[in-house]
Order: sequence, then structure tokens, then C-alpha cells
Amino acid sequence: MSAALDLFTLAAVSTGAFFFLAGTVGLLRFPDPFTRLHALTKADNLGLGLVVLGLLPRVHGLSGGLKLVLIWFLALLAGAVASQLIASAARRRGAGE
Amino acid sequence: MNAFLLGSAIFILATVAVGLARVLLGPADADRMMAAQLLGTGGVAALLVVGVVVGEDAVVNVALTIALLAAFASVTFYKAAAVTSAVDPDDTRQP
Repeated sequence: MSAALDLFTLAAVSTGAFFFLAGTVGLLRFPDPFTRLHALTKADNLGLGLVVLGLLPRVHGLSGGLKLVLIWFLALLAGAVASQLIASAARRRGAGE
Repeated sequence: MNAFLLGSAIFILATVAVGLARVLLGPADADRMMAAQLLGTGGVAALLVVGVVVGEDAVVNVALTIALLAAFASVTFYKAAAVTSAVDPDDTRQP
């Protein structure tokens, strides 16, 4: 059981780290601000989410796990609001270069 | 297992640090803000991993604070951009 949970942690944290890599590559390689924003939100939502999911078997007690999940929810909510605001600011400046 | 987790925290921080090149490259302020947002999220992820590995609750609280500050940072960016464009005579769109 413990080995299975370790394997789950391994897989989830690795996938989360991969999404951070994908977000960085997208941020550097995509041509305009809106596509870069798209890459960024993948790192926010999936990368952090999978890292939190992978850490859940390793925390002690319900409250510790709940706290991790709530931090992820805060990041989700903040990321959704932030991407709308940044896109709006970019559009107002006449983006697309 | 702890070595793997710490290694992945370092990996996440390294990728985010590479992403900070966008702050230098620009070209728009929005792009620079996105790189800062990515640093916020990556910092939260790395701190959560470190906090769970060392079993220290305070590190998780630091991650929570960074998540909160990153949210405020982008709202402040939007407010500042709105103020700048309000005095821009070329901007005919409604704010």
C-alpha cells in the first residue's frame, strides 16, 4: 500500500513538474500575449494541482491535506481572475504587436 | 523519496527561473507580469513540496502567503495599466 502511494506521488509530482516546464516553454516560445497566457494557466492549474495531489498521501492528518487543497483552490481562483485582468490590460494596449 | 521530492522542487524552481527571461524580453508589460505570475505559482509549488518533506507547517503558510500576494500583484498591475491608459489620448475605447 505504501509503495503504491509512493508510486502515485512519484507520478503526480513528475507530471506536475512537466506542466511547469510546459508552461515555461510556452511563455518563452508562443508568439503573442494571449497564447502565452494560455500556456501560463496550464502551469497554474494543472502543474500546481498535480503537485498538490501528489503530496496529499504524504501529509499527516485531514487538516494538513485540506490546507494544501485550499491553497490550490486559492491559486485556481487567483489565476482565473489574474488571466482575465492581464488579457484585458494587454487588449487595451492593442496587443498582437 | 524525499530526495526525489526535493529534486522536483529544484526542477520547478529552475524552469520558472528560465521563464523569468520573459521579464527581460518583454515586449509588453503584460508579458512581464505573466512571468511574475509563473514565478508566484512555481514558488508556491516548490514551497509546498519542501514544506511536506521537512514536515514544517510554517513553510506551507509561507506558500499560502505567496499565493495571496501573487493574486494582489496582478490586480495592482491591472489597476496601474488602467490608470496609464486613461491618460493616453490615443485610446478611444471605454475603460
